[in-house]
Amino acid sequence: MFRSDAARCGWRVPLVFGMLLAAVTHALAGVEYVAIPSGRLNSVLANDADSGPASIPAFAMRATPVTNGEYLAYVKAHREWQRGKAPSTFADGTYLHAWQGPVALGTAMSAEQPVTNVSWFAAEAFCESEGEGTRLPTWLEWEYVAAADEKVFDARSNPAWRARILSWYSQSSAAPLPSVGGEVNAYGVRNIHGLVWEWVDDFNALLVSADSRNQGDPDRLQFCGAGAISLKDRDNYAVLMRIALLSSLAATSTTNNLGFRCVRPLPLEKK
Amino acid sequence: MMIMVPQSCGYRRYLLAAALLVSALPSWCAPAKSPPLPANSIYQLSVPFTDQRGQTSKLEDWRGKPVMISMFYGSCQFVCPRIVEALQRTEESLGAQGAQLPVLMVTFDPARDDTAALKAVAEERHIDSKLWTLARTDARNVRKLAAMLGIQYRELPSGEFNHSSVIILLDAEGRIAGRTTTLGEADPAFVKLVKKTKR
Repeated sequence: MFRSDAARCGWRVPLVFGMLLAAVTHALAGVEYVAIPSGRLNSVLANDADSGPASIPAFAMRATPVTNGEYLAYVKAHREWQRGKAPSTFADGTYLHAWQGPVALGTAMSAEQPVTNVSWFAAEAFCESEGEGTRLPTWLEWEYVAAADEKVFDARSNPAWRARILSWYSQSSAAPLPSVGGEVNAYGVRNIHGLVWEWVDDFNALLVSADSRNQGDPDRLQFCGAGAISLKDRDNYAVLMRIALLSSLAATSTTNNLGFRCVRPLPLEKK
Repeated sequence: MMIMVPQSCGYRRYLLAAALLVSALPSWCAPAKSPPLPANSIYQLSVPFTDQRGQTSKLEDWRGKPVMISMFYGSCQFVCPRIVEALQRTEESLGAQGAQLPVLMVTFDPARDDTAALKAVAEERHIDSKLWTLARTDARNVRKLAAMLGIQYRELPSGEFNHSSVIILLDAEGRIAGRTTTLGEADPAFVKLVKKTKR
């Protein structure tokens, strides 16, 4: 009975089986999330720093950025996110443009490279598919994890470490992206610097400055608060460049060097 | 009990199976109702709302005629009332057309802006609740809707929000027809744009 109905009514039934299969495969593949303990962060965003360090609740973060292979499996199970099917209101014209086809990576691409040319909407949808409460990290969560080097949780005052990160930004972006992996930082997270730019959940929250009540005629302000970002720690160029990039993007934007990773809530600890 | 079965599946002996499947998968085999949305329509985004009347709706329910959309929060004493004024002055400038142009204002602050809080804003600002909807959705959907509309916002430790103040005109299919950042009064160019946007 089901078969004949399915045949008459199109593709939804096989799709549902496909999604179930994908969910199982995904569980077997064992995507690695690393527990990030709670803590406090002196953010470069003056907004948050003005009222003292931001409090970061514990969460779990993907150890590596999402790869081409993982994203390919995702669009096979979620046809609406295939190139050509995703509406322009969710992803611009360069979405997955280097792929050979809607479900085929480019000839020179490997499954282990980080996926790029994905929009914020696409990245959010991917993360949501990884489980209840899974999403892109907030800026503060990303900045918190990105403050670590291999040994300490906050290496930001270490000039040698800053210089090493900055050297990545001066490399040519024409070379093919390396595979994900490599050294872990103090949290057990890989590739937070030196591989790709990464989307954050609140990318559209970074341009707004601290106070709206003392900055001139409100009728002339596009932002409640003048729109200029106020930043502390202006020497931290690598992080400032991230903010500059993220705040220049629209939610549909896709670029060759912009990927993402997901975060999820930690299971509540038993007492 | 009446069981509605979509026409293309209309074999009586499959009624039970079809009913089971339809109940499990609401969109399974649904007959096409309206033409597909344009690829650049913001109504591609599914957002559930509850409004100042306590009624529920969805973003795509505004499909069919132009609408002015903005985002705000209820405890905002400074800029948000100026957004409301701009919307009211715009409707006045449009005369009869303005009296039929719906307004959708979505709060950045679903934690505080429940139905009662939205109703209080509507009353305080003399908002016409037949034409205007002050709506809340969950925080995830606030972020997505703002991203879709190109609106920036950030919650401050004080519980206030910094946000772009903008009024956006959507055409009947949910495409962004234009925007204005003029507050407190009607923006003549925006009024002109509303007049020529197809109803």
